[in-house]
Parts: sequence; C-alpha cells; structure tokens
Amino acid sequence: MEVEAVDEGVIGKILIDADTDNVAVNTPIALLLEDGEDSASLDNYDASGGSENTAKEEEAASAKEESSNSSASASSSGSSVSTGVDAYDASGEIPEGTEMVKMSVREALRDAMAEEMRSDERVFVMGEEVAEYQGAYKVTQGLLDEFGAKRVIDTPITEHGFAGVGVGAAFHGLRPIVEFMTFNFAMQAIDQIVNSAAKTRYMSGGQMASPMVFRGPNGAASRVGAQHSQCFAAWYAHVPGLIVVAPHTAADAKGLLKSAIRDANPVIFLENEILYGQSFDVPVLDDFTIPLGKAKVARSGDDVTIVSFGMGMTYALEAAEKLAEEGVNAEVIDLRTIRPLDMDTIIASVQKTNRCVTVEEGWPQHGVGAELSAQIMEKAFDYLDAPVLRVSGKDVPMPYAANLEKLALPSVREVIDAVNAVTYRS
Amino acid sequence: MAKKASTTRRKTKKVDKEEIQKYYRDMLLIRRFEEKAGQIYGMGLIGGFCHLYIGQEAVVVGMQSAITEDDAVITSYRDHGHMLACGMDPKGVMAELTGREGGYSKGKGGSMHMFSKDKNFYGGHGIVGACVPLGTGLAFSQKYQDTGNVTLCYMGDGTVNQGQVYESFNMAELWDLPVVYVIENNEYAMGTSVKRASSQPELFRRGESFNVPGEQVDGMDVFAVAEAGRKAVEWARSGKGPYILEMKTYRYRGHSMSDPAKYRSKEEVNKKRAESDPIEKVREKLLNEKIYTEDELKEIDKEVKSIVAQAVEFAQESPEPHPDELMTDIVA
Ligand SMILES: Cc1ncc(C[n+]2csc(CCOP(=O)(O)OP(=O)(O)O)c2C)c(N)n1
Ligand SMILES: [Mg+2]
Repeated sequence: MEVEAVDEGVIGKILIDADTDNVAVNTPIALLLEDGEDSASLDNYDASGGSENTAKEEEAASAKEESSNSSASASSSGSSVSTGVDAYDASGEIPEGTEMVKMSVREALRDAMAEEMRSDERVFVMGEEVAEYQGAYKVTQGLLDEFGAKRVIDTPITEHGFAGVGVGAAFHGLRPIVEFMTFNFAMQAIDQIVNSAAKTRYMSGGQMASPMVFRGPNGAASRVGAQHSQCFAAWYAHVPGLIVVAPHTAADAKGLLKSAIRDANPVIFLENEILYGQSFDVPVLDDFTIPLGKAKVARSGDDVTIVSFGMGMTYALEAAEKLAEEGVNAEVIDLRTIRPLDMDTIIASVQKTNRCVTVEEGWPQHGVGAELSAQIMEKAFDYLDAPVLRVSGKDVPMPYAANLEKLALPSVREVIDAVNAVTYRS
Repeated sequence: MAKKASTTRRKTKKVDKEEIQKYYRDMLLIRRFEEKAGQIYGMGLIGGFCHLYIGQEAVVVGMQSAITEDDAVITSYRDHGHMLACGMDPKGVMAELTGREGGYSKGKGGSMHMFSKDKNFYGGHGIVGACVPLGTGLAFSQKYQDTGNVTLCYMGDGTVNQGQVYESFNMAELWDLPVVYVIENNEYAMGTSVKRASSQPELFRRGESFNVPGEQVDGMDVFAVAEAGRKAVEWARSGKGPYILEMKTYRYRGHSMSDPAKYRSKEEVNKKRAESDPIEKVREKLLNEKIYTEDELKEIDKEVKSIVAQAVEFAQESPEPHPDELMTDIVA
C-alpha cells in the first residue's frame, strides 16, 4: 500500500482494513511508532477518538450511507468538518391546519410593516415617495393613511443623509424602517450602513446599536440597464454586524420582515421588483414570524442540493421541476437569510446528496455561491462527489438590449446543466 | 463677495432670424422625437425606464445656443433632448432606446445611459446626483488642460437635495472651475413637489453659502434661456468660476412611462401647456414677425416628422447586438 504521511517513521499499526475504498482525506490510517515504543502498545488505540461528538458523527455517517450508496461516508477527525448537523425544519413555522390566503409579496411586506407599526410605536418608515405617492413600487400603500405623516415620512432624494438619520434615530431608541427606492440607490448610503449601522455595537463595546431595517428592491429589474440592475446580497453579506435577508415567497417576506423589524441588529432586507407582484400562500395568523438565520428546504430530494435565495429561487425551483421529469430529485434550499448563513441545513443536505449547485443573479466573483462553495468544501469535503458549481449572473454590468440582458442573467437551462455536470449526467 | 444670487426676468432682445428658426426646429425635433419614443414604448419596442423631455425643450435648446461644439455637456437620465440638442444623430439615439446595435452605446446602455465622445456629450446617468460631480470633473479637466471650454451640467429640482451637489458647488467655486450648473426645475421629482422636498425652494440660491452666483430664468422661454445662458457661460469661460441657472420649467408627461400622476391635476398640466408652451411661443413669434408663413411652418413640421420617422425605422431595423457584445467593453 502506498501512503503519504506528514512525518517519517515506522508504522506501528495500520488502522484501515485491507482493500478499503474511499478513505476520506484526514482519516488516520496508521500510527507511527514514537521513539522507544513498540507496536504492542498501540493495541488499545481508539481510532474514533472516543469522544461523544465522534460517536454522533458516525451515526450520521451511517445514516447517510442508508440514504445514498455513493462514495465517501467516513467521518473525519478534522475539527472543521461538520458531521451530524441538524437541518432546520421549517415545517413547524406554520402550524398544521392554519388557514392560508393568497397574497402578493408586495401586500405581505406592507402587512408586516403595518402589524409591527401597530404594536410598536417606535417603528416608523421613511424613504423617497413612501408616503403620499404610496411607494414607488406601492409597498407602503395605505401606511400614510393609517399611521400619519409622523410615522410615514417622505424624504428628499438624499439617501446618504436619511440613512444616517435612520441610524442616529436607532441609536436613540427608535426602530426605523428605511426604504430605498431600490438598493442601487443605497450605494449613496453605503457608508452609513457599513461604517455606522453595522459597526457601532462593536465600537461602543456593546453599549449602543442600530436596531433597524434597510429595505427595498434589489437585483435585476427588467430592461433598466447597468445602474439599476444589480444584486447587493454579497456586498452586505460581507459585513460583520449586519443581518442580510432575501425572501422569495410572500409568507417568508412577511414573517422575516416582522422578525427583522424586531431584531436588535441592522437588517438589510433585499426584496425584488419582479417578485413583488407574485402571489403565494400566506398563513392567516395573528403574529406570524420566521426566525432570521434559518434556511428552508423548499423541495426535498436526494440526488443534488440546489441552494439559492430571493429571485434565484424561481430558476432553482423550475429547474428542479424539469429535472424531476428526468428522474433527478433535487433538494432545493432557500437560504432566506444570507448572513448569518444556515450552514447546518446546507451541510445536512449535502451529506445526503453529495452534490451541490448554487444559484444567484449576482456576479460570480466573491458572490454568495463562492462563499457557500468555500464553506461546503471546508465542512463537507468528504461528502462531495463533485465540485460545487455556481450558476450566477454573468461577470458584466447589466446590458440594456433585450437579448444581451437575457444572456447576462442566469437561466433554468444553466441550472439544469450544472446539475447534470455534478451528477455526471452530461 | 459680490456674486449675490438674484432673480432676473429678461426682456427679449432682438434675436436674429436664423437663430429663431433654429430654436424652433430644434425644439420641434425634440418634441416629435419624444412623442414618438412614447408611442413606440407603448408598442413594446423600448423597455424599462424612459423619461421624456416634453415641455422642457426650451431649456436645452436655449442653453445649447450659448456654447460651442467643443464645450461639454452632461446630464441625468432625462437625456434624449440633451443629446439631440448636442447634434447627436436621432437614429443613433432612437436605436439605443430600442436596444439595437446601431444605438450610441451599441444597445448596451439604454435610454438613461448614452454617450457621445464625438459630440462632447458625457451622458446620460441613471443615479440622481451623480452627474454633478462628474460635470464638475469635466470642468476641472478643462481648466487643468487650459482648453478655454466650459461644461454645462444639468440636474433636476429633486437632484439638488443630494449631498454631492454641494460638495461639487464648493469645489467648483474654490477652484474657479468653468462649469454652469443648470437646474431644470420642472416642479416635481417623481411625485414630490419642490416645496415638499426643499427647505429653500428658491433653487438658484442653493449656491449662496459657497459664493456661487445664481439666477432664476423662465425656462419656458427659449430667448430668456439663451440670454441667461450666454451670460453664465461667459462668466465661467472667463475664469470667474461656476454659475447656477435655475430654469423654471415643466414636464408635461409622467416622470417615467408608468406614472399614475396623482400628485398633480390634469388642469394644472393643461394650463401650463396652454399658457406657456415653449414651442408655441416661438411659433407665434415666427408668424407675428412674418419670418415664416403657416405653410412654411407646416413644411418644417413635415421635415422634422420625417427625420423622426427615419430614426424609428432605423431603430427597428438595426439588429440586436451580437451576443459576443455581452462580454466586450468591460475592461480595456
Ligand atoms: C440616487 C438615486 N435615488 C433615487 C433615484 C430614483 N429617481 C430617479 S429620478 C428621481 C426623481 C428626480 O427628480 P428631479 O431631480 O427633479 O429630475 P426630473 O426627473 O424631474 O428630471 C428619482 C427619485 C435615482 N435614480 N437615484
Ligand atoms: Mg424635477
């Protein structure tokens, strides 16, 4: 047997049975004799390390073996490797038998704000055209009527200024919801978001913070060109001190926005213009919230994990649908929160499927998919049967021309191709 | 500091015949071009945002008469009129609106993002306020290179509330940059009237604390615009630094194509159109002073219409950009 060891020495004991295949990287395969030791002294070595943790790992590993008969199943002693992780179970969010209503994402967001404003006087909304015009995309429709001009405030076009005003108000006890007409314009304000909102809890040694929500449409809209079409998920997800949320469905939009408004941290809440008009089932509950930081298995499957968020979910789900027709069962995970990432849910899925494709509309370099791929590599390397593949927007500013715009955005076809590649079906 | 802001209502001085004819033609071209753009937007040939300039034609046509071809122009997303006034080809502008290969940005920029190095038109910028430091930078370079040129830097009434506008005013005055800031006060920024967004609604005074002189002008009167423009451009060109012109104007159409326009009444719009249409005003003058007959004006109308029709034809026939264009022009 040919082995590569970090140290030179004499093998005292071989830990792996003869002819074992698929030995995971970092698995101890043999023990070297220390000076003056002989091989008999190694007889009682417990290859598992004996810890409780490792016992759990092995349980998970064998459970995994049942669900998938492919490749690497061994646990590993590498401390960064996750095994036995628990996936978040989103099915408990809506109690069985709850009445559901069809509602657009736009209405769900408005209801979330209205409910929180009713129950907490400190909550107010400000932004361009949010009051009298009822919102540039009509998300704040009706709020001025119900809550009045004190709490629903039209600002001048002055993003850097009013974002800072929001942060200051949050320092001083209010719970601002700052609407950006689109997140493209939040670029004017990104200094206040990153330097003031995100860092003050830390810089003040925990004395002061900015519990608030920055929200608005993010990502590509249709045919509005380079300056109005881009995804900022990765930008904000880079920043410690921020929570970053990007819902896909109306129910998630509502439950997550309510949680975001209550959260003690600055939350970047990324909506999508194209999703505003789409309708989904929303539970009829007095106070429906969804925890931040938890992903959702939007569709379960065993063959491949597709991870996405927000608008990306439309590609992911449609691809999964088509793949099912071809006999490939994709598990689709909706991140919902991008920072912090719910890696447990993703890893648990990858342990089952051994393959992963990420989908996002943003640019590939340093994108959400890049981060997911790095973490999956670090935490579930031994479970992977193929490299993680990223489907993303192309590495260009968004073109205006209809045909180029289509090419610049990800497509269902690209998701299917990526799945075919990681399942070696292409 | 002597440069105090003041309001001036100008009496129209004698303008020569050729100049009046040109004003009329140029304004009419913008009007007809924009009407057509609105039409073909409705037909689905133009996508996304499309901000029409109808009602504001006198501002850009009057200002253009005050500069030379070597001076620079920069504005926001409401830019079709500025490009036509700069002498850019209506075909290339229209084809950019339809996102075709023959457009000024090869179809990659769209309505809000168009440029012509050739005509010294520096865009076409979609982010409110961004063009103001950029225009100031153009003037910085003009001064640095001692070209003797000036920059016309246009912005809206809503735009003047962006912080970078004041950072620009300060630098421009501090460094005596040859820039004329033209505030096109069409009374609304989307659905927000000036008085709901501006603590100082007299926008020509917005440079006072930086010692930038300012002046309010009847922006529906192309002669008044031209005269104020000449004075301001002369000021900037002679090395005295920036100048602010607040043009009182009005947009007849919605902010963009999807604007329910509940923030103002139909009567308000109709009254403006009826009482102070910039093109009607010149038309009357042309007839009253017997520069043209009704028939001759009809002839001009026809010519302009045909230019626009050709532009539309070109914009429909020009092919979509080649797919390879997706990955070009990103870095050099
Ligand atoms: C930084 C930024 N914020 C918001 C917008 C959205 N927006 C586009 S135009 C506009 C109104 C601008 O009004 P004004 O400056 O008066 O120009 P007008 O449209 O009247 O020509 C707004 C808010 C934007 N493009 N950029
Ligand atoms: Mg305006």
